[in-house]
Amino acid sequence: MDILQLIVSGLANGCVYGLIALGFVLIYKATEAVNFAQGDFMMLGAFITLGFTNEHYLGLPFWLSVCLAIAIMGMLGYLLDLIVLRRMFGQSQVAVVILTIALGFVIRFIAGAIWGHEPQSLESPIAGVELRFGGLALGMDEIWVIIITVLLTLLLYFFFARTKLGVAMQASSQNQLAAYYMGIPVKRIHSMIWALSGIVATIAGILFASKGSIDPTAGLLGIKAFAAAVIGGFGSLPGALLGGLIVGLVEPFAARYMPAGYSQIFPYLILIIMLIVRPHGILSQIQTKKV
Amino acid sequence: MKQDNKAPLLKVDNLESFYGPIMAIRGVSLEVNEGQIVTVLGANGAGKTTLLKTISGVMDPEKGTVVLQGSEIQGSAPDAVVNKGVVHVPEGREIFPILTVEENLKMGAYTRSDHAQIAADMELVYDYFPILKERRTQEAGTLSGGQQQMLAIGRGLMTKPSIMLLDEPSLGLSPLLVREIFTIIRRLNHEQNVTMMLVEQNAKVALEVAHYGYVLELGRIVMSGEAKKLQQSKDIQEFYLGAQQETQRGQRRWKQRKTWR
Repeated sequence: MDILQLIVSGLANGCVYGLIALGFVLIYKATEAVNFAQGDFMMLGAFITLGFTNEHYLGLPFWLSVCLAIAIMGMLGYLLDLIVLRRMFGQSQVAVVILTIALGFVIRFIAGAIWGHEPQSLESPIAGVELRFGGLALGMDEIWVIIITVLLTLLLYFFFARTKLGVAMQASSQNQLAAYYMGIPVKRIHSMIWALSGIVATIAGILFASKGSIDPTAGLLGIKAFAAAVIGGFGSLPGALLGGLIVGLVEPFAARYMPAGYSQIFPYLILIIMLIVRPHGILSQIQTKKV
Repeated sequence: MKQDNKAPLLKVDNLESFYGPIMAIRGVSLEVNEGQIVTVLGANGAGKTTLLKTISGVMDPEKGTVVLQGSEIQGSAPDAVVNKGVVHVPEGREIFPILTVEENLKMGAYTRSDHAQIAADMELVYDYFPILKERRTQEAGTLSGGQQQMLAIGRGLMTKPSIMLLDEPSLGLSPLLVREIFTIIRRLNHEQNVTMMLVEQNAKVALEVAHYGYVLELGRIVMSGEAKKLQQSKDIQEFYLGAQQETQRGQRRWKQRKTWR
């Protein structure tokens, strides 16, 4: 019985990792930059929602706050690309990496200054309810996290496979030059991808904060999500989710059956084994160009 | 260089483009009239691709003008240039490898929103390239080289261009496929009245389909004329068509000088 419980809570954690990893991969695929502030985006999105909805702050209705937070984070992602990253065009990738790491620090301090450094929990309708079947206790929040992640994944799949804008996003990440030649506004699409990954991060943040508490250092979770993205195959959206689920599932089992202190290293151990055995990740989407 | 007195569809005047400090195009002027195929011949590094990139807005010129239907377009963003009716079919079959053939074609119509017309144009492309219809749900990266070239041309047609810039469609294809593609290029020009600017190293096939030709060397136009006249020209024959002239002594002359040097 407690195996099932471990699986559910592992999957729920994995969904959050997977969504953050998805943000990494979205930006990497489109712009070949790695956004190390992705975890901090998640934290900021959660805190913005918390700031709108918690009684202690504005006390707005939960769903309204979610919509506002998504809109704000989407806008932030878009403007970040428009104002900062577009100017980095032609700089080395290291410059972009350092920029995003620094950005992560800035976001952490700003969040700390506004909402304080104490852990807080989001007053969300899905938090704290438990389902009981006999000896089995499942957190409603964990089930909701899984359901929402599945829905969001389906929505994103539909967006990328079926809508013109989604296909254009794929096209410009597969062959940027050809996208320019076809009149696709590649730069605007990059900004929209940043917006999209800001939105996905916000949803991940809301789910994360509903399951427990959040403080400004929660963004460091991004490192674990980064490992998940590499395990799944950096450059593959389904791979990011899969990597997230693997890391999420391994954690509770390692914590249960391994001596304390060793369980923490498991995600990274998988990462290292993966890099040795299959460096492109599980679901790599490497296409060799025909000449 | 005047061809006739009607205003040309595309007029390039004294264009200069740089790759960093290197001047790749040194004052090129040329004209393309509506309904024509105009070819620009040149060897590796002559500046052919740079010329097309400058026209389509991927590169900005240092000097000179590009006039399309009376308005200057040099230095515009590439998507703006496509909106004005210039499409660049790049060399080396730059397709979207993980999208299907049909999605590739739809991306060609990205700037358009007239759905009925887009569907009609898609059928037109499938008429000219039946193999693409057969493979329409397949990922484009799995097509053969010749099919990818067809897809690149078809995708270009989907933008409904008033002029199509074709960059070396013969590159890396077997002689048979080159013939097939050029037959289709000629048919598109004849039947659909697509104006084309065709950049080629393969002077033989290019001069067969073109109405007018320019020869580009080291960034300069060194010769121009009706395609038929160029085919007759001794220099073109020797340097681009590979004809060998024999002297009275029965030996090949190695140090032939070009008349434009």
